[in-house]
Amino acid sequence: MLAESLALTAALFIIGVIGVLIHRNAIIIFMCVELMLTAVNLTFVAFSRFYGPAGQVFVVFVMTVSAAEAAVGLAIIISIFRHRQTVDLKNINLLKG
Amino acid sequence: MEPHYPLFYVFHFYLFGVIALASAITFVTRKSPVAAALWLVNTMFSLAALFVMLDAQFVGVMQVLVYAGAIMVVFLFVVMLLNLGHPSELADARGGGWKLAATLIGFGLLSEIIVITKTKLPSQLVVARDFNEQQLQKLNAVGMIAEPLFRNYLLAFELTSVLLLVAITGAVVLGRGRAAGAR
Repeated sequence: MLAESLALTAALFIIGVIGVLIHRNAIIIFMCVELMLTAVNLTFVAFSRFYGPAGQVFVVFVMTVSAAEAAVGLAIIISIFRHRQTVDLKNINLLKG
Repeated sequence: MEPHYPLFYVFHFYLFGVIALASAITFVTRKSPVAAALWLVNTMFSLAALFVMLDAQFVGVMQVLVYAGAIMVVFLFVVMLLNLGHPSELADARGGGWKLAATLIGFGLLSEIIVITKTKLPSQLVVARDFNEQQLQKLNAVGMIAEPLFRNYLLAFELTSVLLLVAITGAVVLGRGRAAGAR
């Protein structure tokens, strides 16, 4: 089941990348990042089945980081919404050269 | 290296894999953040099932509690707070055929759970033992993660608490707004 898990991981990760590229809604882009993080967790779990439980420990760390990322990222989105009244990244181009 | 897997196991592995992939594809093609979040929850649940099948029961539970539970609720909360969702966009699976399919799949999974918990598994359905299985016998599902976490990765675990503290402080400061900051 290792090969199947890795193939599924790659597919889910690629779907996440495509989502980040095609969407302009900041919240959906954040969800795509979460999907990519979870896909990587599947790799850790699949390998931990054959090489010991250390991989599952890293999954716990990845979950912590993604929870922290979601909290801060969504706070930034709320902060941006308060200034610009939109979460569409098309309209948030203040730093564009 | 790979032990032999019974057909029962392989079938459900592919089933949950296909559900995860299909939900993920539906998730990226949605325009509405609420519909996208619900499809992503479906993906997370299927991945949790795969985690359990890969002998990572604790990670599977964490997946449901943390991802499908906490993080996605935070996302939906922000959508609600910013008033981005519209009820008309939620009509993804309102048709009679969809409801019938969902009911059938739900009853199928429920009957499988009942059958598996009520009966003793025949030996040809049991997956061959590997490294994690031996660990699982010695410790239990939580101990298998807790032992390396508190022995080999203790420093990283403690640093995680600093990360969470910084994240909470940052979220509060960013979300506080201008009115409170001016005071």
